[in-house]
Amino acid sequence: MNADVTQNPATPARNLLARIGTGHLVLAALLLAYPLVSSDFFLTQIGGYSLIFGMLALSLSLLAGYGGMVSLAQISFAGVAGYTVAIFGENNSNILGFGWPWWLVMPLALFFAATSSALIGWVSVRTEGIYTIMITLAVATAAFYFVRQNYTLFNGFPGYTGLRAPIVFGVNFRDPVPFYYMCLVAATLSYAAVLYAARSTFGLTLQAIRDNPRRMRAIGFDVTAHKVVAWFYAGLIAGLAGVLLVWFNGRISPGTINVAAAINVLIIAVIGGLKHPIGPFVGAVMVVLMQTFAIDIVGAERFNTLIGVFFLAIVFFSPDGILGLWGQLRQRLAQEDLRSRQ
Amino acid sequence: MSIADAPKTPPGSAPGSPGTGITRRQVWGLFWLVLAALFIWLVFADWPDWVKNILLSKKAFLSACLNGLTLAGLYFLVASGFTLVFGLMRNVNLAHGSLYLLGAYIGYEIADRTGYWLLGVLGAFLILSVVGLLMQVVVFRRLEGDDLRQTLVTIGISIIAADLMLAVWTGGTYQILIPDWLAGAIKLPIVTAVRSNGSIVLLSYPFFRLVVLALAIVIGIGLWLMLNKTRVGMMIRAGVDDREMLSASGTNVHLIFAVVFAIGAGLAGLAGVIGGSALSVAPGEDVRYLLASLVVVIVGGMGSITGAAIGALIIGLAEQIGLVYFPTYGVVLTFVIMVVTLAIRPQGIMGKSQ
Repeated sequence: MNADVTQNPATPARNLLARIGTGHLVLAALLLAYPLVSSDFFLTQIGGYSLIFGMLALSLSLLAGYGGMVSLAQISFAGVAGYTVAIFGENNSNILGFGWPWWLVMPLALFFAATSSALIGWVSVRTEGIYTIMITLAVATAAFYFVRQNYTLFNGFPGYTGLRAPIVFGVNFRDPVPFYYMCLVAATLSYAAVLYAARSTFGLTLQAIRDNPRRMRAIGFDVTAHKVVAWFYAGLIAGLAGVLLVWFNGRISPGTINVAAAINVLIIAVIGGLKHPIGPFVGAVMVVLMQTFAIDIVGAERFNTLIGVFFLAIVFFSPDGILGLWGQLRQRLAQEDLRSRQ
Repeated sequence: MSIADAPKTPPGSAPGSPGTGITRRQVWGLFWLVLAALFIWLVFADWPDWVKNILLSKKAFLSACLNGLTLAGLYFLVASGFTLVFGLMRNVNLAHGSLYLLGAYIGYEIADRTGYWLLGVLGAFLILSVVGLLMQVVVFRRLEGDDLRQTLVTIGISIIAADLMLAVWTGGTYQILIPDWLAGAIKLPIVTAVRSNGSIVLLSYPFFRLVVLALAIVIGIGLWLMLNKTRVGMMIRAGVDDREMLSASGTNVHLIFAVVFAIGAGLAGLAGVIGGSALSVAPGEDVRYLLASLVVVIVGGMGSITGAAIGALIIGLAEQIGLVYFPTYGVVLTFVIMVVTLAIRPQGIMGKSQ
């Protein structure tokens, strides 16, 4: 995946293509052509939904993979963005709903999501390692109970309904194909941003802090600030996914951000693999496909047992997720290759 | 805390300590003394009108306090196991809430079939101890030293456990019946109001909840004695401080781990039966008590029984008092307590900094 920069650059255009890498180009072509072959159901319920949850898991993977901070509160930050859309935009629950236009609501939603993420990040980076999971799980649970209890701001249990994607320049983003492309653009932007950030000075510093915070502090880096900025970026991605999620569902309620949903994001990230930003999307496709079709196999009631067992199997046998399995397979094939040459 | 220090504390009147005035410790001592005095006054005095304006009625306030104390007892029972397991093994057992719920269901079944409530409590404790032991030996020992994977595994277990419990006991709400000798309400020697004819109204409160509180205190003292006065307790405390060193000095740490995990899981099961009797049993309770354990342990400090008691007290009281005085923002209070603790003292009130 990681295409190195060529040693002697030819034309700038070729250089760019080489930097993107053939794998990405093929993937992009396939994803762009996907609407040509798929039905509306596969386009939104599988395609769009996977991309949204892939972004949520990506925001977790950014923190966990590069920062060593496993957060269970990413769905809560998505919820912050979602509720912002509901409260400041239009809803038909007859509560609040200031009716602001989408180009005003969306940046506001992203800003709130990123800020709350940075805030929780700032609180949780005061402790180390495994504490982050506990603190963020407590935050996610508290957020769920709070929005369920509070009717004045969040309309309690029913939440908000009638949230719709906007119509921009005559393109109705509620339709399957535009919605899919909107999700694809958002996911590609997030993916590319994470990939770029990982190789930037900031990303390298963050990874060094993950590996040895004490040494980095001794050299003179501001460990807390780097971590909090990582939380801010993760919050941006989660917020973007949150906005898309409310447009996808058309509603937001406490059920959208409950503990099961928070854990779902973690499951997706872990199943896909935390080592590379493509992992969350692989995991999302797997889980969404399982969610959609496992019902035919085990019935709707016992789905959680199935996904739990699958998750346990991945954690036990392939800590790096499906990407790790792929890596193991490639290594074995390479060994076979060597053996056959002898 | 220290009553002996109190007379010296007024600023400027401490001739023994030149220059700096009073020490930090003395300020805190005075603070707690004033708080305790205020609380005692609130409990026993006949409330003037201006207090009633702020705190509604005396009955509501005292009931909230007592409910908070009872809930704190329950939280302590759940969280003490959680904090011991975490402190010793660095294992964040996110399936702890599931252990609570499983204990409640098992206690319900035993009590329902045999007719003996105590048998239910005992059975839940024993069965959950075995479950905890199995979890430690079969699952966690294989993943030793890998905190993240251990935690992920507990998440997987909690998902499967919740789903299977839903399959067996369905989504209904159960109530574990308490025996007659524990049921009913008793009058406490606290006057809540004086009628116009001069007769006094005493505060009545469910007897069982007081028993819960007493039980939590007894178990808390028992745990403290075990940790501080026995050989096993000494090993556990040594393990919390430095696992490698304990192992190197010839102790079988895996045995200690198994014992602690069994006690922790058993206590969660016991708390499940008691919580299911005082309140009710339903799906989703696992998450509630997991959250409670998390917050209690974050506030109180990891690996400390005293910390768990203090944390449980703060969270239990905050939750119940919050429920009475600002119902829709009650959860925020819990959250604020957690954030403030993390901001001021990241390792928790009784936690040791690493």
